[in-house]
Amino acid sequence: MQLTMTAVEASAYRDTKRYAWLISLIVPMLVAAGPALYLVGHEARLLWMPVILIYGILPFVDTLLGRDIGNPPAEAVEALEEDAFYRYITYVIVPFLWMAWIFAAWFVGAHKLPWHGVLAVVLSTGMIGGFCINVGHELGHKRTELERWLAKIILAPTCYGHFYIEHNRGHHRDVATPDDPASSRMGESIYRFLPREMPGAFFRAWNLEKERLARMGKSPWTIQNDILQPALLTVLLYAGLVAWLGIGILPFLLAAAFWSDFQLTSANYVEHYGLLRKKLPNGRYEICQPQHSWNSNHVFSNLASFHLQRHSDHHAHPTRRYQALRHFENLPELPSGYFAMFLVAYCPPLWRRIMDPRLVRAVDGDAARINFDPARRARLVRKYGLG
Amino acid sequence: MKHYRCPECGYVYDEKLGDAHEGFPPGTLWGDIPDDFTCPDCAVRTKADFLAA
Repeated sequence: MQLTMTAVEASAYRDTKRYAWLISLIVPMLVAAGPALYLVGHEARLLWMPVILIYGILPFVDTLLGRDIGNPPAEAVEALEEDAFYRYITYVIVPFLWMAWIFAAWFVGAHKLPWHGVLAVVLSTGMIGGFCINVGHELGHKRTELERWLAKIILAPTCYGHFYIEHNRGHHRDVATPDDPASSRMGESIYRFLPREMPGAFFRAWNLEKERLARMGKSPWTIQNDILQPALLTVLLYAGLVAWLGIGILPFLLAAAFWSDFQLTSANYVEHYGLLRKKLPNGRYEICQPQHSWNSNHVFSNLASFHLQRHSDHHAHPTRRYQALRHFENLPELPSGYFAMFLVAYCPPLWRRIMDPRLVRAVDGDAARINFDPARRARLVRKYGLG
Repeated sequence: MKHYRCPECGYVYDEKLGDAHEGFPPGTLWGDIPDDFTCPDCAVRTKADFLAA
């Protein structure tokens, strides 16, 4: 009887966000918004409009629209995952995002812009690039060859193809431990996190791939290397744009790629700040638990990031598709969505003020559950009276 | 020839097929897979967690 009821409930489930996910298709067009205004208004300052939208307005949209704690019932998860509509959105968006990059490069290459105009396009292209990495994240976790290839393709414009290996095989294995360059530590500002995260992530990915290829009896310098494949795509894209628009476009491309990668750094920074898995007597860490990630249920930034902010469920079930990720009560929770939290992270005193007490509460004041910046440990233990 | 299943994501290691992408040719026995083997699909379970299927 119980089973029948459950089946009925599951079949009756309607995903209210089904069509809302189509919002993400608008993102690539944001790159054209600034140039469109510029071409109409002949004023380079108009290029800042998308930047102002993302950093000045969207952080407040989360506060305005609030949280969404709606969950698919556990019984509906499988059917929801199998519904191809959702994955088609992530496929369709890939060529549009490539076009957005090519358009931005053309716009900068073909117009005489003042330095601040170029900077505005770097930032808006970089924000779209951050979204590319987000889409690459969703696709890279999947099993099908098509999705894995689309992940490599969409990571290429951002020069971050190694993320495909780094994130899945490195970050998910080591998350919320001192061994993870992509998990931030209590007391570590984002500016000290960045020089640890970017190179650390690259070398971890390279070593993982080198080990895999060594098992196959190959050197890492082969086209079968899953890092070199997307890197080759990056080279082809950039070389094509340089051939078309001149060498002067290269600094723009590299700057936009850096800003894209910095969006990922920002996400990594807020997702696991200070949280620590316990080391077991056998020397391994406990399996990643829901309490090892920070979550946010703010509806807008979740729609804009494919539920990335339901992060605990993602780490518990890394291959689960975005539409089926679930919210759980009583987990470490960020006070707002990523749009606002990134800005807070860029201001370290504000970040510490908001997040340190929150972290201490999330771990019940247990210092053994905090991943400390070693240089700040003693001071933080004293300050918060941690046992 | 046996099968071993990742309890988290359902990835199956089949001794008969091996996993060429991971560097394990067909016929590689489970016992010959290194102890630090991590699930190639979800990466959050290791060899010791796998279940005979």
